[in-house]
Amino acid sequence: MIVTLKRWLDSDIGYSFRSSPTALVAALIAFICGFAALFAPWVAPHNPFDLATLELANARLPPAWYAEGSKAFLLGSDDQGRDILSAVIYGARISLAVGLVSVVLSVLVGVTLGLLAGYVGGWVDAFLMRLCDVMLSFPAILVALLIAGVGRALFPNAHETLAFGVLILSITLTGWVQYARTVRGSTLVERNKEYVQAARVTGVSSLRIMRRHVLPNVLGPVLVLATIQVATAIITEATLSFLGVGAPPTSPSLGTLIRIGNDYLFSGEWWITIFPGVMLVLIALSVNLLGDWLRDALNPRLR
Amino acid sequence: MLAFILRRLVQALIVMVAVALIAFMLFQYVGDPVVFLLGQDTTPEEASALRTALGLDRPFFIQFWHFLGNAVQGEFGISLRQGIKVSQLIAERFPATIELALVAALLALVIGVPMGVYAALRRGSFLSQVFMTISLLGVSLPTFLIGILLILVFAVHLGWFPSFGRGTVVQVGGWSTGLLTAKGWHHIVLPAVTLAIFQLTLIMRLVRAEMLEVLRTDYIKFARARGLTDRAVHFGHALKNTLVPVITITGLQLGGLIAFAIITETVFQWPGMGLLFIQAVNFADVPVMAAYLCLIALIFVVINLIVDLLYFVVDPRLRIDRAGGH
Repeated sequence: MIVTLKRWLDSDIGYSFRSSPTALVAALIAFICGFAALFAPWVAPHNPFDLATLELANARLPPAWYAEGSKAFLLGSDDQGRDILSAVIYGARISLAVGLVSVVLSVLVGVTLGLLAGYVGGWVDAFLMRLCDVMLSFPAILVALLIAGVGRALFPNAHETLAFGVLILSITLTGWVQYARTVRGSTLVERNKEYVQAARVTGVSSLRIMRRHVLPNVLGPVLVLATIQVATAIITEATLSFLGVGAPPTSPSLGTLIRIGNDYLFSGEWWITIFPGVMLVLIALSVNLLGDWLRDALNPRLR
Repeated sequence: MLAFILRRLVQALIVMVAVALIAFMLFQYVGDPVVFLLGQDTTPEEASALRTALGLDRPFFIQFWHFLGNAVQGEFGISLRQGIKVSQLIAERFPATIELALVAALLALVIGVPMGVYAALRRGSFLSQVFMTISLLGVSLPTFLIGILLILVFAVHLGWFPSFGRGTVVQVGGWSTGLLTAKGWHHIVLPAVTLAIFQLTLIMRLVRAEMLEVLRTDYIKFARARGLTDRAVHFGHALKNTLVPVITITGLQLGGLIAFAIITETVFQWPGMGLLFIQAVNFADVPVMAAYLCLIALIFVVINLIVDLLYFVVDPRLRIDRAGGH
């Protein structure tokens, strides 16, 4: 593990990573957020979902640096006496999980359809690309909102798992278009190259050519796109949750926390809504910066 | 060109029918109107009689055809939650959203274009770098957070602007406008700024990139060689050509503004269509959802069509290419 890490740091990309302060800082922040989210039960000082530990006497405490604040609640507490820091860590866990799962799913769908469109061509290609055009002419957040809204209307008393399913589905269905377009473009180039023709002549099946030969050669741009899409997916999730069609209040994501805290803005308890917001921006910004860096590092023309 | 327009029209029509089909499916699968109208304890005979009277026993496509016919006339039934005709509800809310989107678009253009031009002409200066940093923040901050931050600073702490509602509105021939009263303008500031910030950063980056691109072209070099002043080159020749893509993008973004208004309206409790839609979603108010779905799709299809046609009007090269090709 250490050897591979060292080898990676010595490679071209590793060098560009070491020499970019932005990438280093962004990676550090992303790592801390990811680590805290992954090990939330051990990192968070309280368990915000354990109703037995909640006490109303601790409700609406300001952050610890205020005179009325308490050291036990570093970033203050909400109206039910939940620790904001713990809620933010658990919220980030849900936000990151939803974001990552939906990006993985949209990559799967997008790459498959893009490969098909590029390799098979004909009416399959024409149909899929028209579909992409139509999807792209609407803003992604609107399409996601409509799907989430329709899903919610279809299953009004949805179980928690189903609510998350609809949420992930709505982000996935808006995210695949970009991958499909990129992969289709590269596939069109690759399919006419000699190695593909050689494979075809030797009688390899189309499915196998797509999977074993074309796919590895078109994945580069997908990686960059996927990194940036993680930030987009997390923000989309937060927006849907903020509007009340995302994560259920029983397992709040960062967006849900901001929505709940928004009601307390006027009574002066700004920390309930601002700290989840800060966490959201930190994650989105660091992932965005990492994506920008990766795009530049993988682009040979910029070296 | 005619073939192109026809193809676009057919595509637009297909999209509209597909959206209408989705809206129609909502009616089919969310709740049973017969149970809704008669209550839970009715005899099966009564239920089936009403079913026949409402035409619900007819084949799927016949029902869909009727739905389409009604939808074209703007008829979507009665809101389950408010008991008012949906067309009337939408008509009440429509002006609020349009005014908000237009003021935001204007703000974004009036501030974004000069900022972009400046960032391109004085590349590397301190102020340009400040602009670019602001634009990076504007892209990374989600709209609803910008709104919350503005409320926290300007409404809660400073108390300069109100944070919800439209203020006083005046009726001008069926159109309720807030733009004729001081209170209305006072109320629109924060929501419009929130909605404008994302577009503003987009326009600024676009203007800067286009301007840099145009300044490199031969005809600008030639204009300089002819001894024209910097001012004539920058604003007479370069800016003019920069604005073509900016106008089309802004046009396309107008639909985006109406869509993003859903978020802004929720944050500021702005009584527009977006807020209506979100409330409808939370209460499973199907007629309102279906109407909003069709209306927003129509707005987008029309905007895309207009922008496609504008390309032909603005860029003569497209016309020549097409004419030569056919």
